[in-house]
Amino acid sequence: MRWIWIDKFLEFRSGQFARAVKNLTLAEEHLHDHFPGYPVMPASLIIEGLAQTGGILVGEVGGFVEKVVLAKIPRAEFFGVACAGDQLIYEVTLTDLRAEGAVVEAKAFLEGELLADVEIFFAHLDNTRANQIFGPKNFVFTQQLLGVLDLAKAQTRAKEAQSLEAAKLSEVSANGHVNGTPLPESNS
Amino acid sequence: MPTHDEIYQKVQSTLVEALGVDEEDVTKDSTLQGDLGAESIDFLDIVFRLERNFGIKIPRGEPFPQNVVTDPDMIKDGKFTEKGLEELKTRMPYADLTEFAADPDIERIGDLYTVDMLVHYVSSKLAA
Repeated sequence: MRWIWIDKFLEFRSGQFARAVKNLTLAEEHLHDHFPGYPVMPASLIIEGLAQTGGILVGEVGGFVEKVVLAKIPRAEFFGVACAGDQLIYEVTLTDLRAEGAVVEAKAFLEGELLADVEIFFAHLDNTRANQIFGPKNFVFTQQLLGVLDLAKAQTRAKEAQSLEAAKLSEVSANGHVNGTPLPESNS
Repeated sequence: MPTHDEIYQKVQSTLVEALGVDEEDVTKDSTLQGDLGAESIDFLDIVFRLERNFGIKIPRGEPFPQNVVTDPDMIKDGKFTEKGLEELKTRMPYADLTEFAADPDIERIGDLYTVDMLVHYVSSKLAA
């Protein structure tokens, strides 16, 4: 199992806000144990997904140089459960950020309804000490996890390129030219 | 400028939020670590909440000073020297060091971090 609890970013505003999606499927082993016959997404893993969304939002501000770790969850409220087949939307807002750490307000939605409301506190590990303990590699932001953000960026670029192409085509059509070939003039 | 009591009540609710303690446990004399169970990571949480709740800006190293004990002239046999105490007074003008100075054991520095110290700190920031 890969420790990635979000599937895709739907929106990412640097230093401010991120929205991610998590689809729940019966291919996930843990849903068969939690609980047999009643596959409910564990609340702790919803928090992990919110924390991954928030951690990337926090880490991106500093170019993922700092090691951002989940330090504390001062508050977590759940208002329902999510089961296999459901789609969760995670919305995370960065409320405080300074050199030592950051705080995010994180919410999970199911079919537009608030499912979880969590406050998450991140600490920036002191690089000198962290390097002594964990080595220089950034164990928080693995390539696999950052790949989720990279994918969103690639998709955005592809969409922008498509829109640009479509805009060019419509402009060309309006001018009566396609691919540089003039449209035949009407004889009438 | 809010009154001393108003600041105290707000500091009290800040600590209830940050530490998950009951309001009645937060008295002026409570120490954050000894009485209210604060851990190192909670200090940063408290700083964030004080900034938000009082609309103040708290520089790094306040109100909980960092690296006070790096200078060997300031510590001798596990206790603050006169020079060390002077440094503490300079860095924590909002703390009451009277009792601490009688036995300035470095292990007791957490005793300075009281609810009352936070109230004085916030008052000084609001007055500035």
